Amino acid sequence: MTGRTTQDALEAALRGTAQNADGSAAATAAAAAARRLSARIAAEGLADVTYAPVDSPFGALLLAATGRGLVRVAFPEEDVDLVLEQLARRISPRIVESPAPLEPVRRELEEYFSGARQTFALPLDWALIGPFARRVLRATAAIPYGGVLSYGEVAAEAGSPRGSRAAGNALGSNPIPIVIPCHRVLRAGGAVGGYAGGPERKRWLLELEGALGR
Amino acid sequence: MSSGLPPFQRFVDAQRDAVWRFLVSSVGPSEAEDCFQETFIAALRAYPRLRADSNLRAWVLTIAHRKSLDAHRARARRALPVEDPAAVDDRRAALPSAPDAELWSAVEALPARQRSAVVLRYVADLPHRDIAAAIGCSEDAARRSLHEGLTKLRKVVSV
Repeated sequence: MTGRTTQDALEAALRGTAQNADGSAAATAAAAAARRLSARIAAEGLADVTYAPVDSPFGALLLAATGRGLVRVAFPEEDVDLVLEQLARRISPRIVESPAPLEPVRRELEEYFSGARQTFALPLDWALIGPFARRVLRATAAIPYGGVLSYGEVAAEAGSPRGSRAAGNALGSNPIPIVIPCHRVLRAGGAVGGYAGGPERKRWLLELEGALGR
Repeated sequence: MSSGLPPFQRFVDAQRDAVWRFLVSSVGPSEAEDCFQETFIAALRAYPRLRADSNLRAWVLTIAHRKSLDAHRARARRALPVEDPAAVDDRRAALPSAPDAELWSAVEALPARQRSAVVLRYVADLPHRDIAAAIGCSEDAARRSLHEGLTKLRKVVSV
């Protein structure tokens, strides 16, 4: 009886220590240790994918890069967990959050959004882009700042002159929007057409580049 | 193209508190940081080979348990005959609260397997089966280690 009571008190003390008010201090310390861990993993090149949110005129974009280059730009409406899960499945689950590897991307995007940059000098990783989409997006990447093409023209450039619908699908699932400028591809009559980030943003980007109203 | 493992960052987010509490309780706060880093770096290296249905908490605490043993061995190698009182104070200072400091010093002084069993049970809140997996023994042996650890604590701690 006494032994039982003693053990319960001891167990309560052991548990209490883990759960009491100091639990929040421990959680803060653990979070800080985890941030240092992610920074170290990124600095030592141990992650296969790093990601970070960056501010933009559209809100927080999620950027992700591999050792090869920028692999994903996600708009604010996209579910971060779904984006990360897709990267885990398609590339590698060794994914950590760290702003440092994405700093060059952040800087170039900031310059672009302020009108100070017309072309990106960033290495890209095309790992999320299938063979047909790769041809379409390579043709898209060749459209200069301020220029536009129609879906049909891009399909023709990609070697599939009748594939404007398929080209539209490839553009709609562009994993690296803005940097691969799928916003420069319009409907045949010149209508802005669809955009994964919403037609308002497509129009905004085209205005930034001075491609509308000419 | 692997698995349904969560992205490593999400795994860290979900397990960091349990690993941190385990390490602070078993090696003390001054060495918990290094052990924490070592634990998750080791986990990262092995991560893509892990089965998606693995018990991630038991798995990472297994690694943390091994790192805590390494830390204890390293401390024993460099230990002075009388432990530096400042180091003890430093460790106690970060422990939860004054009455508990005595308890956690006693936990730290337990033999490795008993210490891990106690910490995994009460700090990380693992069931016996996962404690057994983490310290690499049978479930019965884990129960025994836990029982022996608690018996020793009852002798030295006035709770």
